[in-house]
Amino acid sequence: MIDFLLAPLEYSFMLRALVGAVLVGVMCPLLGAYVVTRNLAFIGDALAHAVLPGMALGFMVGINPAIAAVPTGITVAMLVRAVSRRAGLSADTAIGILFAAMFALGLMMLSMATNINIDVEDLLMGQILAISPTGIYVSLAITGLVILGLFVFHHWLLFTSFDPVGSQVIGMRTSVVDYALLVLLALVIVIGIQAAGVILVMAMLVIPAATAYLLVGRFISIMLTAAGLGTVASVAGLYLSFHFNLPAGPAMTLVATGLFVVVASFRRRVFA
Amino acid sequence: MNAATDSHHHASMSLQDVTVELDGYIALTNVTFNVGAGTLMGVVGPNGAGKSTLFNTIAGLLPVGQGSVTLNRVDLRRGALAYVPQRDSVNWRFPVNVMDVVLMGRCCRLGWLRRPGRKDRELVRECLCRVGLWDYRSSLMTELSGGQRQRVFVARALAQEASVLLLDEAFSGVDAGAQEVLVEVLQALRDEGRIVLLATHDLNNLSRRFDQVLCLNRHVCACGAPSQVFTPEVMEELYGVQFSMDGEG
Repeated sequence: MIDFLLAPLEYSFMLRALVGAVLVGVMCPLLGAYVVTRNLAFIGDALAHAVLPGMALGFMVGINPAIAAVPTGITVAMLVRAVSRRAGLSADTAIGILFAAMFALGLMMLSMATNINIDVEDLLMGQILAISPTGIYVSLAITGLVILGLFVFHHWLLFTSFDPVGSQVIGMRTSVVDYALLVLLALVIVIGIQAAGVILVMAMLVIPAATAYLLVGRFISIMLTAAGLGTVASVAGLYLSFHFNLPAGPAMTLVATGLFVVVASFRRRVFA
Repeated sequence: MNAATDSHHHASMSLQDVTVELDGYIALTNVTFNVGAGTLMGVVGPNGAGKSTLFNTIAGLLPVGQGSVTLNRVDLRRGALAYVPQRDSVNWRFPVNVMDVVLMGRCCRLGWLRRPGRKDRELVRECLCRVGLWDYRSSLMTELSGGQRQRVFVARALAQEASVLLLDEAFSGVDAGAQEVLVEVLQALRDEGRIVLLATHDLNNLSRRFDQVLCLNRHVCACGAPSQVFTPEVMEELYGVQFSMDGEG
């Protein structure tokens, strides 16, 4: 067993992957707690898909795709509200339009970039074993920023999440808080994409948080429990990937899903 | 005298010719009334009478199309006004406990960077004791009854040190005993000089407990003491049927 755990750490790429896995396992579920309790799953998925053009551009101009994804994620997070307001459409419809358009643009850019070697499957499914030192630094920087943001906005996020009308009445600019949450979400998605890919980052956002939602009561407990469950899932997935030559993103997702199935089979959340 | 019970609330509120248009139709026409400090006012009227529109306008959630809403002698700092939400405007999926909710009342005093300190927590304790829910401080909001939830929101308004409290349909889904407890809490706040406005479409025995009643049906049908406004003529204008205050219409 000790050998099972220590053998992979003789490789520097595995050490990096382990750091990456812990960051994903902690950060995605921390934000995931908001995704689950504020019904943000659709926008979370959309943001993950919508950063593809940024990553493609990063490849084309030789910037680390994780760095290039950051401004794209933030821009799309801002655009959702602007498009829905300007066109008088529901936020869901605006998200649907942006999501599809940006994803299509990303795929188009990747197909045009014939002079560089990109494995589209790695982008879509994640390739944590190939995460670069720069990728780790970006993830660490984002982690610091997001934790600071969650700390500063904590009480405001609680208020606007629970009672949006009441928070507006006391003069809180709820749209600023909502934007801030989307920006934090976009940042965390950039960490998640490196490990789990565009498609499966959603799993790390939603599944550990949903599992924690069934297990514990208060929001802050859900955040911490989700981060614990997320870390277990991502690290276990990484080891399974190393030892059994499995793709890491799907392995992490399936471990997280397994935990959810076990918990959901004996716990049910009752509300209002 | 402590922070939760001091009597520095001497607001008076005045609405002058307020007209509000909502999605192309006139929801309120020329609404004019005054409420003095230390008044418990009931806002009654049938469904669709514009009670929520009136509250949303006072709360600044809807723009005043015409006319004015003024809070005289109220320090117009943020948080002078508190809102006890309707049941369906709250995200009950979001799991917060009683203490969390009352601490939210301190947000507007703390600003962005300050965290709630010992003084804030002490104030929250006083506010929860006042509404009789200190023993429930660790309970999730979803574990409380309708009446207890409303009292938590009242405690939050106290923690906010608000001078004006708006309660929209606070009695819906609340049993008679719990309504009585809630009215007693509101009367105590009134006695400290606060203005308490409570909207209800349900004319029940508690209507007699208000100091003033505003009868609203897109316009002000009557405004004054319950004994003056609950007349058959006003009731007919409000509900369109003959109405006896001892029974149903």
